[in-house]
Amino acid sequence: MTDPTVTTVMTELGPWLAFLTPELASRIQFGWAITIHIIFAALSVGLAPFLVYFTVQEVRTGKERYVRLRKFWTKIFAVGFIMGTVTGIPMGFMFGTNFGAFSTVAGELIGGPLSFEAKMAFFLEAVFLGILLFGRDRVSDWFYALSSVMVALGAWLSAFWILVVNSWMQTPRGYEIVMEDGVQIAQLTDPLAAFFNPRFPWMYVHMQNAAIISVTLLIVGIAAYFVWKNRDSDVWKTALRVGVVVLLLTSMFQAIHGDMYGRHVAETQPHKFAAMEAHYETGSADLHVVAIPTDLESITDPRADNLYTISIPHFASFLASGGDPNAEVTGLNDFEYDSPPVAWVFWSFRIMVGLGFWFIALGAWGTYRLWKGGLADDERLLKALMVSSPLGFVALITGWYVAEIGRQPWIIQDVLKTSDGVSPPVTGTEATLTLVAFVVGYILLFSVFLYVLKRIIDEEAQRHEVGIEEDDRPDSPGVPADD
Amino acid sequence: MTSVLSDSAYMLESLPELWFGLVVFALGVYLLLDGFDFGLGILFAEADDSERELMLAAFGPLWKANEVWLVLFGTVLFAGFPAVYANILGRYYLLVFAILFTMSLRGLGSKLREERDDEQWVRFWDACFIVGSTLSPYLLGVFVASWILGEPSALAIGPLVVGFTVVALTVVLGGAFLGVKTRGELRTRVVQRGQLATGAYVLLFVVTAAVVYSQYPELRSVLLSGSTVALVVATLVFAVGNVVAASRERYHASVLSASGLAAALVVFLATLLYPSIDPAAGLTIADAVVSPLALNMTTIFAAIFVPIIVGYFLFLYSLFSGPVTADQQYS
Ligand code: HDD
Ligand code: HEM
Ligand code: HEM
Repeated sequence: MTDPTVTTVMTELGPWLAFLTPELASRIQFGWAITIHIIFAALSVGLAPFLVYFTVQEVRTGKERYVRLRKFWTKIFAVGFIMGTVTGIPMGFMFGTNFGAFSTVAGELIGGPLSFEAKMAFFLEAVFLGILLFGRDRVSDWFYALSSVMVALGAWLSAFWILVVNSWMQTPRGYEIVMEDGVQIAQLTDPLAAFFNPRFPWMYVHMQNAAIISVTLLIVGIAAYFVWKNRDSDVWKTALRVGVVVLLLTSMFQAIHGDMYGRHVAETQPHKFAAMEAHYETGSADLHVVAIPTDLESITDPRADNLYTISIPHFASFLASGGDPNAEVTGLNDFEYDSPPVAWVFWSFRIMVGLGFWFIALGAWGTYRLWKGGLADDERLLKALMVSSPLGFVALITGWYVAEIGRQPWIIQDVLKTSDGVSPPVTGTEATLTLVAFVVGYILLFSVFLYVLKRIIDEEAQRHEVGIEEDDRPDSPGVPADD
Repeated sequence: MTSVLSDSAYMLESLPELWFGLVVFALGVYLLLDGFDFGLGILFAEADDSERELMLAAFGPLWKANEVWLVLFGTVLFAGFPAVYANILGRYYLLVFAILFTMSLRGLGSKLREERDDEQWVRFWDACFIVGSTLSPYLLGVFVASWILGEPSALAIGPLVVGFTVVALTVVLGGAFLGVKTRGELRTRVVQRGQLATGAYVLLFVVTAAVVYSQYPELRSVLLSGSTVALVVATLVFAVGNVVAASRERYHASVLSASGLAAALVVFLATLLYPSIDPAAGLTIADAVVSPLALNMTTIFAAIFVPIIVGYFLFLYSLFSGPVTADQQYS
């Protein structure tokens, strides 16, 4: 339903614009918008503990190096936060604009947690970030440090509630389907069972650790850049040393956790597990450790017989059943509903896992250098770290593609199909129009973000040349006069 | 949980109405607080560069937190009345995205202008800030009015008038806020603009009432009821109070009376809506509210956190009270 005038204009433009159905346009729009939002959200979540560390150290020791690290990363945090809210607010509204039927059916389960997120997390983050950015001279040192803790708490609580929502969509619990005015709705019957559904703890741990990995890679990459440009930069060498160890530990944890997580997915969403392995025929399943496409078709429609694979026979059965190599894994052909887009799930999963092992290798390489000496002089390592610095976010996004696209055709697993969740009044023209706006707008937005990030890094690189790190004395004044 | 929370009855019989009250409260606080910011952004247009720095120093620590009240409004509406949330956002689809777009311009403009010093860059983001600050309250007014008046489309005369009324109100609010935050010539000028806007606001308020009276016969009885008359009187009192306080240099009193205007407007709109909650779909509060267990649960959270949030704001506004100076930048 649209305004009459708009409708006239649109009928003219109709044939040009209405090429997507409301469902398809809404899905692409939501997926694209959250892909950009999650980058900023993960930046906040992952950077938050580091900010706390720098701020507390600054207040405790008064050392110049922590003032600098705090200032540098707070600037990035602030820009990311603005971008995160600019992209986050539309996300919440899209539940109503584009997925209205879903919101009506699941409102009792989705609306509550989203409002708790606003009440508990967003206010905390926004209020205390104001203090962190503008209040250095207005509050005591310790209150200032406490503000960074509050901002971090806000980011982590925000992820908590949003993942309550998403995990409920994967493994819904604590509800009952009732008829209300001729419409089926999910009525809340047990809040605790709904919030702490089986998927929730897996998702929270895996996501938060993924955010830390992504930010660690960013920090280590930037540190490697500064060290590479200016070898006696003490501040950034410290960041590099700590960073490679954190990277090794967190990415090893992620791989082990991800393996167990996969088993849980196989139990609760067998069709998603089958799509992750492109497993079509029911029977014992192999695990394809390496899969290389041989032609275009094998990319768009990966199957065991058109890929060049290195596989561990029966290992997928072994994983899914927790030990039985001959366990039967249901193939995609044997589900009563449509398969998800297998290629997206299959390749996204491989990108995430492949990058996961690359991060372990990087962490191990760096830690070995740290142990043997010469971390700051290994050019190959520094370059590898610089190139890899954005890849954590790539793994994080592809991981979400596995989770979300693999859930299709369900918007709520076994309860509501995505096609039944779309807003009834929205037309394909309207949805296509906003989709185009989002694609163009977010590309511009993200370019501006990268540009600002580059400026912040360049500014820091210039200071190195003047050698500000020289005055890293314990008694140096808290805030330098230059900004 | 189920033993503490009843799933068969609302904690209070009037809980759905109270929740409606919370929705209105969140909207009202949002209008008030972000009204300061939007008004500031509109007045930004005629400020010179050094004045702009001052205005942004007043805006910087507060606007982000103010904006969260809009998120609270949306999610509280969603939690209590999911069908209404879905209906109104889907019905005014393009308008909603237009609002999101203009609000992004406002937020990005204020932040990005500081990232580079060259003229063109600063001018571009300044323009985004001003345009975003002007259009956002206008479109928000159109949206809320379309919802409340039960319009099937947003392009009706009633909502279009309400949009102007809301913009005038934000200038009143912005002028009053800057009266407290600035000094000297800048203060004299913005306070004057606030006074002019107060006159425009009263005029538009009357026009709004007249349009509603002529276009929406079903709302006539509400318009002629005692509560509406009281709200109109309150609006006049606050308007006069605002103009007088500003000319006597009682700037805090001016902020208070401007806030009174905002409160009266939101309560006025809410009385037009009540007891319906989505007139275009024929839904009343009782039809659209979630089941007792869900509402009892969210009420417990709200009872704990809304007072805490109010506490944050008292603290934040007192921490950043007093006039701003040019050197107040990020540290
Ligand atoms: C830095 C990012 C990152 C890295 C290195 C990994 N993951 Fe991951 N993974 C994510 C980031 C991520 C994620 C984006 O955060 C997801 C999406 C949903 C979720 O809970 O976490 C995810 C989901 C996810 C899922 C479930 C998807 C679903 O819910 O349906 C599985 C089975 C794995 N991962 C397995 C792994 C394995 C075996 C890894 C081995 C190295 C691994 N992940 C590394
Ligand atoms: C944060 C990282 C996330 C990413 C990258 C992501 C990605 C996607 C993608 C690509 C789709 C489209 C799937 C398809 O249509 O084939 C989608 C759909 C959707 N996701 Fe997510 N998602 C994320 C998180 C979430 C969260 C936290 C929620 C809920 C709170 C959520 C709710 C939805 C909904 C409602 C849809 C629309 C229906 C659908 O197509 O399934 N997503 N997401
Ligand atoms: C795993 C998925 C998600 C995580 C971890 C996450 C986390 C965050 C965080 C930390 C913020 C604060 C702003 C920032 O610092 O970037 C934020 C903002 C926001 N997010 Fe997300 N988000 C996720 C997905 C979503 C989804 C699916 C929605 C849609 C409902 C959403 C809605 C919002 C909103 C409305 C804001 C703005 C809050 C404000 O005004 O301060 N987020 N998100």
